[in-house]
Amino acid sequence: MFYIYCPYCGEHREEEEFHPKGQAHIERPKEPEACSDEEWGNYLFFRNNPRGVHHEMWVHAVGCRKFFNVTRHTVSYEILETYKMGEQPTITADSQKQPREAAAVSHQEGVRA
Amino acid sequence: MSNAATFDTRTDTAIPVESPLAFSYRHSGAPRAGSSSRVQLRERAMLGHLILRGGAIVLDEAVRDVLGISLPGKPQALVQDASGERSIQWLSPDEWLVIVPSGEEFPLETQLRERLGDSHYAISDVSGGQTVLEITGEAARELLMKAVIYDVHPRHFPVGKGVTTVFAKATTILRRPSEERWELVVRRSFADYCYRWLLDAAAEYGVNVEQ
Repeated sequence: MFYIYCPYCGEHREEEEFHPKGQAHIERPKEPEACSDEEWGNYLFFRNNPRGVHHEMWVHAVGCRKFFNVTRHTVSYEILETYKMGEQPTITADSQKQPREAAAVSHQEGVRA
Repeated sequence: MSNAATFDTRTDTAIPVESPLAFSYRHSGAPRAGSSSRVQLRERAMLGHLILRGGAIVLDEAVRDVLGISLPGKPQALVQDASGERSIQWLSPDEWLVIVPSGEEFPLETQLRERLGDSHYAISDVSGGQTVLEITGEAARELLMKAVIYDVHPRHFPVGKGVTTVFAKATTILRRPSEERWELVVRRSFADYCYRWLLDAAAEYGVNVEQ
């Protein structure tokens, strides 16, 4: 079980109270009519599936019922930070070049070789 | 005054009114344990429940004028008036639950609408949708520990706190208006389920149900 920090409630709550809601920071094209089919299809259907740091939306479904963002590591499942809607993450894949992740990458490459 | 359509949900007809637990009392009974009881359970039925939504500053001014209580701005806060009969609880950054004695909710709603005018807000009367179960007694906290996923240790759950959380897999509001008293605000449709769960969980403490 996770204890997840809700930025609106200001405290850690049980994972049971939350639901994940997919990738965060997806911006709707400003002019949908000007999009090509591929651009619109990418916006609607295609999501990132990174190995490592991932930004997701979660909702505090039993609680304040607000959506917020979670930065989560998809290998270790560690929640690195949570922040409110409209804010930008302080931890990103670029800022997280840690030995652990480097090890994960070399392992992955090792399997491929 | 806004042009929202309002009506008093409590009518003066001869239709008999039953509490959400009336069915449960008939089917599951109401155990009396006498003086050996360590947990007392009581329904505070038919209270007036209002949900306020909107900006904290605008609502705070109106609520202060009409009800004489300031709107709790801090998360998980619960404030009451001197008598303890009227309370306001923080539910989310733009949502509060107001509980007042029976029959006061419609005049209160009307007064708030008059006071708020054309501001951006919403008031909904949810009195018919939920009910308050009051748990007292020395084993009350022990009982809650078995059913609620939230930490109810006094260090983490002081008096004047209220949270929306999971009670026996049902969404409930758990609040602590005083040192000895815990309140569960449950959905009317879950009232029988919660009541029977409480009877079962509290059987070992000799539960005493006051009607």
